[in-house]
Amino acid sequence: MPIVCKPPSRAGSRPFDVRKVRLDFPALHQEIHGKPLVYLDNAATSQTPLSVMEAVRSFYAKDRANIHRGVHLLSQRATERYEEARKKVSRFLNAPDAKEIVFVRGATEGINLVAQSFGHSRIRAGDEILVSAMEHHSNIVPWQFLCRRTGAILRVAPMDDRGEMIVEEYEKLLGPRTKLVALAQVSNALGTVNPVRELIDLAHGRGIPVLLDGAQAAPHVPVDLQALDCDFYVLSGHKMFGPTGIGVLFGKRELLEEMPPWQGGGDMILSVSFEKTVVAAIPHKFEAGTPNIAGGIGLGAAVDYIEALDFQAALAHEEELLRRATAALEGIDGIRVIGTARHKAGVLSFLIRDAHPHDVGTILDREGIAIRAGHHCAEPVMRHFGIPATTRASFAFYNTHEEVDALVAGIAKVKEIFGR
Amino acid sequence: MNDLYDLYQQVILDHNRNPRNFGHLDGPTHRASGHNPLCGDKLSLYLVVDGDIVKEVRFEGSGCAISTASASLMTQSIKGKKVSEVEELFQGFHQLLTTGSTQEEIDLHKLEVFSGVSAYPARVKCATLPWHTLQAALQRKSDPISTE
Repeated sequence: MPIVCKPPSRAGSRPFDVRKVRLDFPALHQEIHGKPLVYLDNAATSQTPLSVMEAVRSFYAKDRANIHRGVHLLSQRATERYEEARKKVSRFLNAPDAKEIVFVRGATEGINLVAQSFGHSRIRAGDEILVSAMEHHSNIVPWQFLCRRTGAILRVAPMDDRGEMIVEEYEKLLGPRTKLVALAQVSNALGTVNPVRELIDLAHGRGIPVLLDGAQAAPHVPVDLQALDCDFYVLSGHKMFGPTGIGVLFGKRELLEEMPPWQGGGDMILSVSFEKTVVAAIPHKFEAGTPNIAGGIGLGAAVDYIEALDFQAALAHEEELLRRATAALEGIDGIRVIGTARHKAGVLSFLIRDAHPHDVGTILDREGIAIRAGHHCAEPVMRHFGIPATTRASFAFYNTHEEVDALVAGIAKVKEIFGR
Repeated sequence: MNDLYDLYQQVILDHNRNPRNFGHLDGPTHRASGHNPLCGDKLSLYLVVDGDIVKEVRFEGSGCAISTASASLMTQSIKGKKVSEVEELFQGFHQLLTTGSTQEEIDLHKLEVFSGVSAYPARVKCATLPWHTLQAALQRKSDPISTE
């Protein structure tokens, strides 16, 4: 079945200068096994632009100090840069208030924070938490832990064989006991872009808050938290050109304020005595201990980088890469594309007849092509399609049409080796 | 490029397509299952051991070409062997996978086709999964064996 991607029809946007953009990413310019690197594993992690490296370097070189303490100038500079990064992220996501942005290690930690803290204050035995059938393990396992702890029940909204959520079935599962919906905005295994606006409205119509897992969405689709109106949103910095080990939890102010802290320590308190501790206001009450200061500053620089691009043109370029790759692979005998949703972003999962994805990964690696082979931390998705694993090519705006051609040539090499 | 052909030798491709001793075995004296969570390879191994001789061995499951061919060739090379000889074979095989050759007098026979794996450190686990599962079966460990 052909895939209809959103057409790259953005009138007035200039063509995207991918050659120029690639100069910003040093890692792209290297040889792997004697071949030019073709980096198509962006859904696992993206590469880092020079400006992000420089932001991190300059923090260590000039401004390194602990934050939110110390009257000395270095500490003030470090604090300013860290808090400025929070404001940049808030602006980028169009959050109502930077105080609603909590820095965490990544999307996984953000979900765990909500599962523990919101779970503690709101979830009781017999309550239900609803996820979709296409979630990453990080949006399944923390809820399973919560259910085990509280006696709540995890429900799963099904998807169809294209990898699209079945909205009517989802709606039926929203009941009086549903206390939270947790959904991927974009599926990391299939590339499906979920109709989250509609799904959020259906939940809100019944007074149910919604957490969106944006790890695979930012920066492959535009994210506007006020337009989405989701109650929680999580993302990972390393998938949007930032450093590893830094991510974001957005939560609506009234929710964050009612939620108890999930970790205790320095930086999250107003005052401490052995008799009584007064907890700091949001977002700091969720940031115990010295945080990943350099990571936060680096993530702020990544946001600056993305905003300095012609983002609409970058997204259109990425859509064109996916459309072109999908069309090319569907033209190859023996290829089965897994995930054929009508609206997809950035991800192309597929199988080659008689060649296991792990073998495909090895052969493509020798051609310099980095892809992911496996279950993509989404084993239930693999089970849905009755397969153990897929080969996944995933794109970023710095990929080129020539790299799509290299993938196609690499697949021909797989068929040659396995066809002997 | 040629080292890909060293890895995917004809014998390996053949055993991948037509694995020997494949399927369920009723009434095994020993059994174990193995799992590589990184790539989803799953393997169940059934043995009939009589005294200290491996009389019968079969396997089922799904995996990449390297793990499937390794399981298939393993079943062929251990059938009729003493358990102590099987241990020795695994030691030699492991050495072959990590160094590309065996120094000792252990005769690996057909297992030599896996010498190319040593150039692919990420794939050593694929080739050893059946053998680790075999060890677990012989030691009667009931927990599934994982490469991680």
